[in-house]
Amino acid sequence: MTGKLNRRFLTLAMAALAVVTVSACSAASATPTAAPAAATDAPTAAGTAAPAATDTHKPVSITVGVLRPGATQEATDALNLQITEFEAKYPWVTVVPNEYNWTAPTFTAQLAGGTLPTVFNIPFTDGKGLIAQHQIVNIDSRVRALGYADKFNPNVLVNGEDADGKIYAVPITAYGMSLTYNRTLFTQAGLDPNKPPTTWDEVKADAKIIATKTGVAGFAQMATQNTGGWQLTTMTYALGGRMETVDAKTGKVTATVNNSYTKAALTYLQGLRWTDNSMGSTFDYNWGTINQEFAAGQIGMFTGGSDLYTAMVQNDALKAADYGITTIPLASDPNAGVLGGGNLVAVNVISTEAQRDAAVNFIDFYYMNKLRTQAGAVADAQALKANNQPVGVPALPIFDKATYDQSLVWIKDYINVPTDQMTPFTSKINTQPLVTEPRYNTQDLYKALDPVVQAVLTDKNADISKLLDAANVAVQKIIDTPAAS
Amino acid sequence: MDSTAVRPGATSGKRRRSGPLAWVSRDGLSSLFFLLPLLLIFGAFSWFPILRSFVMAVQETNLVSTPTFVGLDNFANVLADPLFGKAIGNTAYFAILALVIGYPMPLVLAIVMSETRRFRSVYSALAYLPVVVPPVVAVLLWKVFYRGGTNGAFNSILGLVGLGPVQWLGDAAMAMPSIVVEATWAAFGGTVIIYLAALVSVPPELYDAAEVDGANIWNKIRYVTLPHMRGILFITLILQLIATAQIFTEPFLLTEGGPANSTTTVLLLIYNYAFGSSLGGHFGEAAALSLMLAAFLGVFTAVYFWLTRSWSTTS
Repeated sequence: MTGKLNRRFLTLAMAALAVVTVSACSAASATPTAAPAAATDAPTAAGTAAPAATDTHKPVSITVGVLRPGATQEATDALNLQITEFEAKYPWVTVVPNEYNWTAPTFTAQLAGGTLPTVFNIPFTDGKGLIAQHQIVNIDSRVRALGYADKFNPNVLVNGEDADGKIYAVPITAYGMSLTYNRTLFTQAGLDPNKPPTTWDEVKADAKIIATKTGVAGFAQMATQNTGGWQLTTMTYALGGRMETVDAKTGKVTATVNNSYTKAALTYLQGLRWTDNSMGSTFDYNWGTINQEFAAGQIGMFTGGSDLYTAMVQNDALKAADYGITTIPLASDPNAGVLGGGNLVAVNVISTEAQRDAAVNFIDFYYMNKLRTQAGAVADAQALKANNQPVGVPALPIFDKATYDQSLVWIKDYINVPTDQMTPFTSKINTQPLVTEPRYNTQDLYKALDPVVQAVLTDKNADISKLLDAANVAVQKIIDTPAAS
Repeated sequence: MDSTAVRPGATSGKRRRSGPLAWVSRDGLSSLFFLLPLLLIFGAFSWFPILRSFVMAVQETNLVSTPTFVGLDNFANVLADPLFGKAIGNTAYFAILALVIGYPMPLVLAIVMSETRRFRSVYSALAYLPVVVPPVVAVLLWKVFYRGGTNGAFNSILGLVGLGPVQWLGDAAMAMPSIVVEATWAAFGGTVIIYLAALVSVPPELYDAAEVDGANIWNKIRYVTLPHMRGILFITLILQLIATAQIFTEPFLLTEGGPANSTTTVLLLIYNYAFGSSLGGHFGEAAALSLMLAAFLGVFTAVYFWLTRSWSTTS
């Protein structure tokens, strides 16, 4: 009897489990089918710049990934002020700010888990891939309805467009790579902070002096979370090399990460690390930790984006007097250039039409107005300055240079960043050729180069050619593997 | 056995009613009610993901686009990955180091602690303390200890005697042993408590008899303590081997698999398949490698129990 009871019970238990499993399957299987269907563009009335009366719209709520984790209260207050202004303009929209910071692993998890906010930003490098995989919404007609889509810098906008020129993501920031340096450490080492190095040889010499006289890293290099490959590409570009080539006739993409310029860049790092002992004792920096250590006065120089000042003030309590920035030294090679990157803002495919309308309105209000209208630029600068946030950090034009220069004139009374300390960069960046990041499987390419950079920095006998040849094979394999769509 | 048992109060001459109503009247429903949360939680968070991993292992999926059936391609891709062999080698190295460093230490400590007459509970609490510290906090704390500069905690100590600084995590040769030391520190407390409980169960008269026979402390451990703890030791050994094969938190937080993949373990490789690319992970390959690891551990455990079946019972 008990045996029968157990069997019946087991049957029921299994039935319950089956119900759970089936319901979970249903929930899970809904996601993939939702994505391509949702990635269509269907503008509604709210997609235009002029908001209609409240009673014509149903209330809608969107989440926006605009709050950097660990941001200070002042940064949060500045954001809340802007959201309040947006909600006053679009009273049917409720904006919920989410903590968000793009990193490769967390973005993948959020994307797969469907937990990305309605509006989120991505690096230029991911635009094409996400578009090809239908993972962001086609917002072409909504953006064009705003009336200024044709004014974007085409070299920047292209990162958020598909092959047919349809807009899926809007560029919000663009930067050129720079050499960030600590002016206080320069002074302590007996160097002139107003005369930062202009050649790689000078960087090497100054790094050695800083390391010897101050005991901290004269020059540091990012090496993890894809940043090792990113910075190695930066140095390769500055010397004149490229990481990929595309056959003009066949369109075939060939990985060239084992080119002679990359070898030269790694040999250079090898010298700094093992001959000069100028690189300190930490070799696993990522974007966040290198900023942190720089702000803490532990790094003399490092290469990074020209827009780091904001993050370091908001998250790392950077002392303004320490901050110095100059252009990346370029070799005399005719192909030498500055790696240019930036960020796009996109709309989550898991969203309603009304949310997409609200999302594009938010993009227009929060990201675009400050770049192209006086009222927007001033309001943004006022809100930031009122909360002790940086205003006037060097950037590259999202629209044209005239618009960018004009926006700086509009906000000149609010600029609170040490612009004099940024002159070595701002006075020269426009004369340097800007080169876009590798177009195909960019983050995978960077990821494959991370261990190479790590090996050079941690193994005195690292065989650079062998490491790069292996990485090249790995990258080529990734390029040749068709992406899931 | 159960079907022949006679329950107290049951009428032996009458056949019991069967069917849903009878089942309900015999409190089957309330049993199910109490079991339901367990079934739901295990179903949603354990059994369903396990079943799903079998499906995903034969699919190309990034969990966003529509998955496609690819047969055994994911398994082939994993086997062809140059990092696969490296990850297995690293995991095996970790397991061996953990066995050498981590396995005997709790036993020695437990024996020493069981011999102490005063403050035994204090020692037990101190030994167990690392287990109470949340793993992430502990690992990040050790990351500070392991800092490669002269300002790292361990390097500061070495500096006092004119040694170092050592690149604990920044040197491919040092990184894995450093991880093992942290992992051993974090986990040994639990094993010590298990061993202490087992030591208490050894009859004291056996030690008295051994003493009468002239046994010294080493002989008492060898001929009395260890034979009595044989079963526990075999279980803790297989549990440790399974745990070391699945090491993730320490290399993930301390080194992210570096430098130059020298601490990339099998689980870290699975993680990298799934979350390494921001354009959508290779979840199929991650699932395939997970199943391969599970299958290996299943076979390994079965072989282990088969080989040790004659020794693993306490005498």
